[in-house]
Amino acid sequence: MSQSVEGQQRAPLLSLRGINKSFGAVHVLRDVDFDVRPGEVTALVGDNGAGKSTLIKCIAGIHPFDDGEILFEGEPVAIHGPKDANQLGIEIVYQDLALCDNLDVVHNMFLGRELHTGITLNETEMEKRAGDTLKSLSVRTLRSLRQNVSSLSGGQRQTVAIARAVLWNSKLVILDEPTAALGVAQTEQVLNLVRRLAEQGLGVVLITHNMNDVFQVADSIACLFLGQMAAQVRAKDVNHTQVIELITAGRSGELGLQPREAAEAGVA
Amino acid sequence: MSATQDQSQVSQFDLETTPGQGGIGEAAAGYWERIKGGDLGALPAVIGAIVLVIVFGVMEPDSFLTQQNFANLLNQGAAIMVLAMGLVFVLLLGEIDLSAGFTAGTGAAILGVTLTNHGWAWPLSIAAALLTGVVIGFAIALLVARLGIPSFVVSLAFFLGLQGAMLLIIGEGGTIPIRNDAVLSVMNKNMPVALGWLLAIVIIAGYAFSSYWAIHTRKKAGLPTPAMSVWAAKVGALAIVVLVLIFLLQQERQRANAPIVIQGVPWVVPLVVALVVALTFLLTRTSFGRHVYAVGGNAEAARRAGINVPNIKTLCFILGSTLAIVAGILLASRDNSVSPTTGGAQTLLYAVGAAVIGGTSLFGGRGRIVDAVTGGLVVAIIANGLPLVTQKSGVQFMINGLVLLLAASVDAISRRRAAATGR
Repeated sequence: MSQSVEGQQRAPLLSLRGINKSFGAVHVLRDVDFDVRPGEVTALVGDNGAGKSTLIKCIAGIHPFDDGEILFEGEPVAIHGPKDANQLGIEIVYQDLALCDNLDVVHNMFLGRELHTGITLNETEMEKRAGDTLKSLSVRTLRSLRQNVSSLSGGQRQTVAIARAVLWNSKLVILDEPTAALGVAQTEQVLNLVRRLAEQGLGVVLITHNMNDVFQVADSIACLFLGQMAAQVRAKDVNHTQVIELITAGRSGELGLQPREAAEAGVA
Repeated sequence: MSATQDQSQVSQFDLETTPGQGGIGEAAAGYWERIKGGDLGALPAVIGAIVLVIVFGVMEPDSFLTQQNFANLLNQGAAIMVLAMGLVFVLLLGEIDLSAGFTAGTGAAILGVTLTNHGWAWPLSIAAALLTGVVIGFAIALLVARLGIPSFVVSLAFFLGLQGAMLLIIGEGGTIPIRNDAVLSVMNKNMPVALGWLLAIVIIAGYAFSSYWAIHTRKKAGLPTPAMSVWAAKVGALAIVVLVLIFLLQQERQRANAPIVIQGVPWVVPLVVALVVALTFLLTRTSFGRHVYAVGGNAEAARRAGINVPNIKTLCFILGSTLAIVAGILLASRDNSVSPTTGGAQTLLYAVGAAVIGGTSLFGGRGRIVDAVTGGLVVAIIANGLPLVTQKSGVQFMINGLVLLLAASVDAISRRRAAATGR
């Protein structure tokens, strides 16, 4: 199904094999294979309705897969809910961020997982750890960790959301269109941050519609086409046009779905 | 959210700097920034209280500006403050409990009936009343948080239902006297003078020590701390306010050559202070409190963060109703009796007004327990001063309505201003 052009990389952190998912009569994902390697940014691209959101929601445990195999660090695992995903070290940064405007940066980063001494919140420890995490990501754009999130810019808010995802020794961070609503300078900021996550050894999945983003940060590109994995390729092996063709037609020359498969997918 | 604005913030500071070291000047500038940004805090309540004291003081200097009336005012305000504290929890969620006034009345009725008609011991009576509050809050929360009925409708139904329950408990048209000393002394007895001064010292030292300790632990952890001059100024300001208030209450407040001496801090004052400390701790130092703010700020974000939103809502409604019962007990103690007019709609509106004037938002996510006290003081001044100025209850009702609208308008405007300035 998928054609992988892979060299000498580390073993995959997350591997999906033969994933299927239907909502009633609609077959959303068909025999999807997908690999995420540690220390790499894997771009997940595809047109609207290609199944990107469904795929990540299944990885996050929000929907169950119908069938197929999930390997995490080489071991087969079952993900029955968001808690299972979190336990494995999978964190998702949603497009609408899910931050509380009326709370400050530290409170948001620890929301739902506060640190305690006895019954009281351990504010100093939380602030220290939040500060350390932001520093490790080389984030220097926040005036204070104690300012409310409502006073932050779009890029800073995205930064806080991403920092929250890596606070918990997570291994795989999935970012759903993190630059969609951002200006040029802020997009740059966030993409640098995405790069640094990978440099720290995390597996990063970046969902995006923006080809510039893809070629700027991605090591690997996975193209979904109408629910099928058209191809997962190394970013350096393809060019802009080929990726666009994979997204819109499911194939590009030798790459991608064979004509018959593409036609079948088209019918579906 | 423009790129230029972002860049200006980028170049401004980084995490290595320690803001707030600049002393009082910088702290004052920061406060002024917050106010301009729509975060008014307790400012409207403080200004309101000062203006009202001046207005009533000028119009009725002989009856309003007396020590007797000042003690009266605290007694009048105490029940409203406690009711408002409960409403703060509900308002923080962005919900409302219109039935709180009649919950207070129902609690008072249960207290009166069990104490006077059935001769229960007072702790048992109070426990029964408080338990009723828990049940009422739980029932409201069940309908709001689990079934999804708007709290406005649910609590309006309870408003009517509890009014009926109260009438049935008291019996048609009756008034139940309360003779139990323990219950009556809360509102009618005063602390010995020495104990009053001790209370003042405990409040000031407690605040000074706990805020110093917070700075100390932050410093030890290498985190940015506010300057000590700011800390000293805050402690000093609190000390002045507390000492002046306690001093006024320590004076003999009977008319000249009266046979008995009435002086000292009413017992209800330490009760209110204890509630403020305990509930503020709950709201600002525990996970539960943090989650209350989160649910009020963005319920969906709270849910995704793994917070059990219906549970948080349930606990808030239970706290609201239980504190309403406490307010009802205070009302019964003050009136020495329970009647169908105890608590009710007027008390509820005063309490909502108190919370909102104090700075708690009707839109959820913003508010503090101490708001209930500062706002409650303003409301108590109005409730106390207005009858001295005009006897017409029609005029009093209209002015009370206007004050509530004014407070809600300030809330709405500051919210819009906050949205416009990105706070």
